[in-house]
Amino acid sequence: MGGGRYSFLSLAKNALSGHKNWQPAIRHPEPKARYDAVIIGGGGHGLATAYYLAKLHGMKNIAVLERGWIGGGNTGRNTTIVRSNYLLEPNAHFYEHSLKLWEGLSADLNFNVMFSQRSVINTCHTPGEVEATMRRYNAMRLNGIDAEFLSADELKRRVPDINLGRDGSMRWPIMCAVSQPRGGVARHDAVAWGYARGADSLGVDILQNCEVTGFKRGSDGALQGVETSRGYIETPKAGVAVAGHSGHVMAMADIRLPIESHLLQAFVSEPVKPFLDVVVSTGALHFYISQTDKGEVLLGGGLDGYNSYSQRGTIPNIEEVTEAAVEMFPNISRLKWMRQWAGVMDMTMDGSPIIGKTPVQGLYLDGGWCYGGFKATPGSGWCFAHTIAHDEPHELNAAFTLDRFGRSAVIDEKGAGPYAKAH
Amino acid sequence: MMLIPCPHCGPRPETEFVYGGDANVKRPDPAAPDAEWTDYIYFRDNPKGAHRELWLHAAGCHSWLTVERDTVTHAIGSVSYTKDSGE
Repeated sequence: MGGGRYSFLSLAKNALSGHKNWQPAIRHPEPKARYDAVIIGGGGHGLATAYYLAKLHGMKNIAVLERGWIGGGNTGRNTTIVRSNYLLEPNAHFYEHSLKLWEGLSADLNFNVMFSQRSVINTCHTPGEVEATMRRYNAMRLNGIDAEFLSADELKRRVPDINLGRDGSMRWPIMCAVSQPRGGVARHDAVAWGYARGADSLGVDILQNCEVTGFKRGSDGALQGVETSRGYIETPKAGVAVAGHSGHVMAMADIRLPIESHLLQAFVSEPVKPFLDVVVSTGALHFYISQTDKGEVLLGGGLDGYNSYSQRGTIPNIEEVTEAAVEMFPNISRLKWMRQWAGVMDMTMDGSPIIGKTPVQGLYLDGGWCYGGFKATPGSGWCFAHTIAHDEPHELNAAFTLDRFGRSAVIDEKGAGPYAKAH
Repeated sequence: MMLIPCPHCGPRPETEFVYGGDANVKRPDPAAPDAEWTDYIYFRDNPKGAHRELWLHAAGCHSWLTVERDTVTHAIGSVSYTKDSGE
């Protein structure tokens, strides 16, 4: 491992020497002229892909190309929620596989990703929502995924600060709730750093400030290499994991995608004493809330609703989310927002991701993560590595192909139809 | 908050409008091959920069508008009635 294996002993030794001898966790190598494969995008997904390629598939002569710095895109712009509460079979099995990888991730990487399985609770506010949610949580149980039903009173005991709205203080009072106890949160930066350190120690070159500017293809159309801001790199295989900018990068290979880029915002308040030890989300009021280890109240909402790459977000959504959150958690009404940010989401036309081959031989795509990319990080890297190494998908990602849109084989979890902003 | 200059109502906040997506998408002939329909229903250019898009002034004059907007800066260029574009 980069900087040696972290342990109680290494901590004690470094403490006794005044913490002056810690080694860098990753190298900063110069690009080689040729790699067996390159991964474009140094976020969680790309770094996880490189790690599993090296660890499970024996591909050591590979590189991760990152335009900026590792973990500087959507990996650092999410609300860190991890769950696998899906209805449809391909989603259920894929996200459950990812959740199982999360459960062993800190030990596997020898790096604490601070994965905290504190329960993800969804509240239900209308009879229709109750029925749809019950159906989904029953489907989870049939798939062997943990799922619990909570009456409103049980929810109140579990989350004492929640307002059920029975006194008329909510337009849509809480009728009941469901919980996935194994769901929770993780430290988002640590996921990127842990995978980067793990990949680096297996010989993967992580090349930061290395922007891909074009693809070189042979007369047969197959990939031959990539042009970058740090020079040309010859490679027969390139995996694109740049969600948010997938369309932008794939356009360099003349590939259009069933994707629109939309903004998703999140905000944190000033820090307060612990009062919320679970993640609560609501589809009806459209927000999710948790409290970070630092004490900040962390909130996210729905999409801004129109194509954007701005990474900023606009005011109406902040108002909407804040109104709903104060209704359900009146005790946060006097907190001040401290920070606000927005991530650029690859919104696919069916709300499910794409992990697979493309029409260009040697070019692979991992994108379209909508707003569910963070929790998928380990599973995405695991499946994408398999797909690149074997030139065909694993059965866990076999349904998430790019060509499913032309085969009427869409995976529309919400049944919302072909509208990117509706998922 | 974006202000969209509606040609009928004047500059109005984005909350009065409903987004209608890419304005360059054209509905194919009913007899067109499946590939063209797939392209129409699912595939988009999704540019980083200038974007021609549809907005409905739902809480105003109820006109469909064709708006040129930059997807990075959100700066709005020309706005016209969609019905005048012959689409």
